[in-house]
Amino acid sequence: MSDITAPAYRVIPIIPALKPGAMEGKGPFVANEKINEAIGFPGKLVDDWHDKAIAKMGELLSKYRSFKVYMDACVHCGACTDKCHYFIGTQDPKNMPVARQDLVRSVYRRYFTLPGKLFPKLVGARDLTREVLDEWYNYFNQCSECRRCSVFCPYGIDTAEVTMAAREILDSIGYGQKYSNEIIGKVHKIGNNLGLPGPALLDTLEGLEEDVKEDTGIDVKFPIDVKGAEVLLITPSADFFAEPHIDSLIGYAKVFHATGTSWTLSTMASEAGNFGMFIGNYEQLRKIALRIREAALELGVKRIVVGECGHAWRVAYSFWNTLSGVGDGASEVDRFAQMLQKQLDHRYKQPTHICEFTWDAIERGALTFDKSKNDKHIITFHDSCNVARGSRMGDYAGGQFEIPRNIIKTVANNFVEMSPETTRERTFCCGGGGGLLTDDLLEIRVKGALPRMEALNQVKEEHGVNFMATICAICKAQFTKVLPIYGFDRRVVGGVHQLVSNAIILGDKK
Amino acid sequence: MMSTLFAILFYLATLLFVVGLLSRINTYARTPAPLKIPTTPAPTTKGGVVLRMTREVVFFESLFKANLWTWSMGWLFHASLALVVLRHLRYFTEPVWGWVAFIQPFGVYAGITMLAGLAGLWARRLFVERIRYISTPSDHLWLVLLIAIAASGLLMKFAAHTDVIAVKTFFLGWMHFDIQTLPADALLIVHLSLVLLLLVFFPISKLLHAPGVFFSPTRNQTDNPRDKRHIAGWAKQMESESGK
Repeated sequence: MSDITAPAYRVIPIIPALKPGAMEGKGPFVANEKINEAIGFPGKLVDDWHDKAIAKMGELLSKYRSFKVYMDACVHCGACTDKCHYFIGTQDPKNMPVARQDLVRSVYRRYFTLPGKLFPKLVGARDLTREVLDEWYNYFNQCSECRRCSVFCPYGIDTAEVTMAAREILDSIGYGQKYSNEIIGKVHKIGNNLGLPGPALLDTLEGLEEDVKEDTGIDVKFPIDVKGAEVLLITPSADFFAEPHIDSLIGYAKVFHATGTSWTLSTMASEAGNFGMFIGNYEQLRKIALRIREAALELGVKRIVVGECGHAWRVAYSFWNTLSGVGDGASEVDRFAQMLQKQLDHRYKQPTHICEFTWDAIERGALTFDKSKNDKHIITFHDSCNVARGSRMGDYAGGQFEIPRNIIKTVANNFVEMSPETTRERTFCCGGGGGLLTDDLLEIRVKGALPRMEALNQVKEEHGVNFMATICAICKAQFTKVLPIYGFDRRVVGGVHQLVSNAIILGDKK
Repeated sequence: MMSTLFAILFYLATLLFVVGLLSRINTYARTPAPLKIPTTPAPTTKGGVVLRMTREVVFFESLFKANLWTWSMGWLFHASLALVVLRHLRYFTEPVWGWVAFIQPFGVYAGITMLAGLAGLWARRLFVERIRYISTPSDHLWLVLLIAIAASGLLMKFAAHTDVIAVKTFFLGWMHFDIQTLPADALLIVHLSLVLLLLVFFPISKLLHAPGVFFSPTRNQTDNPRDKRHIAGWAKQMESESGK
């Protein structure tokens, strides 16, 4: 792995020429029997995989309008062809969103449309062979479900939906990816993706309290499993021990402390991440989300706040109400959702992003800052893909862009934007999202980071930017790994609440 | 003989077109969208969604963001096609509606710009490496078909005039199941035969992008998941009243 080097920056951001086959291969490690069976999938590739896969495809076509419409609607206009960071970084034409979709669409046409049954060559239809299946496994593990292509498609075709369907089919025949499936097993068994057991978590939090006390002289608490707390914080488990994630966790705790909020973490629901989305499996997505519902009911909290995590916030914001009833507006007869919604305090949005929580406190004047504490940083903001294109903050469209920036500008003096072609809804994925944050996929991760690294390098050269704030655990882990490969210091990446933590003034605000 | 054949073919083609399209739309409408997946930032109200969809369908907003060349050629083609189709209403109405009469001259120019747009799109498909890579034979054939329809139509207007009065008589009669004589004119026969092909293949081809866009969840969903619970029938069945 150590021989993986960064691709060269493009002098002008031209669209790269095609290099067919550049990323051909076996794909990431395949999940073993133990991992698959633990979460209810066949242990290994089943004998009748062909028929099972086609049947599964038919089932998904009848359950998901997105998948059905997107299989039909594409006209091969090419609008998406130069939009994927993995295509830009690898030049492999099968990493063009339309070509990636066509890996599945060609099979859809063969088995589910009349022209494909009669004239397969004419419409680019093909049989589902073992080679095609292997190609799916390889290339659908080179998509981070970042939805950038869906911004530009004239029909809104979202490759993420196709990737999820393909992974769901692969899992259903025992051909799942080790990294994602192993993590899903851990979250069910232990409560979080990193497999951090309750006692270790308690230890970590105690250590954090001591560290903050030493640092600030103030007793900032990191409570866990406190019944009757007002706020339940659900945060990615990386926040508990990974660098730089942990600095943001300290930031959240300081904000809760300074606003006098009673809050708690939960050992049962010590994970915001939901890899069920990555593999496109509704049952897993739901089951993982239900742990949070259970914890909220058990602890009797009034609010649920979510820490800095991209896809987790997409799942929380867009899907939790559907999956587990965390939200508002369930019908009177919807007993399942009402049970929880009656408990929650609807003066606040449920769930609330930690940035919404902090910005609200700032607007109320509940927080004070010493901005100069961040003066060593010249800061830019990397919009995390799933926050940018799959969720919202605040009560207006685009709040997910403004609120984190507003917070940064409140707590720091030096803020610079990267090229508008690479921010907000046009942001590039970090390269490690969607179930790709594993070392067996390091090559695609490094190459996929190219567009973001180019934009970062530009503001570094022009403005001396030395800190890229972001609100996603995967972005933080991915950049920590790839920044050095591109010649940056790994500490260039950090959380928004890390900056909050640096500048917040604690103390006599009682 | 030929008039009868064409009349029957047009009945069949129209039937296939209408039934095929409606059944497809029915499938789209009945397939649930279990999760909220609008591509954000997205409108937070239904009115906002109508506006977003209108911008998408009338101006091709997303394509405009994606690629100016494809957008200009694609939009030119579609807008021209719309005008041309509306212009053809004069063959099916008597007396001709006022606004249809008004757009006649524009419709003629639209025939030319439609051809230009199609040529531009085909050039992109032929000469841009990425687009060539993703093109199937049918992608090219659709462009050939549309170009041939436009060209044969324009030739009848500018080179070898066809008896449009007789054509109109034929179609007015056709609408009332009264078969009149169709001029035996080679260009006209080519033009009408190609239109028949278009009608028949529309509901089983990529031309389904036309109804499809209206059913695209990333475009037609309201961004309000925290305010209103959204759940599909098949997903609701997983829930028990006891709350697990």
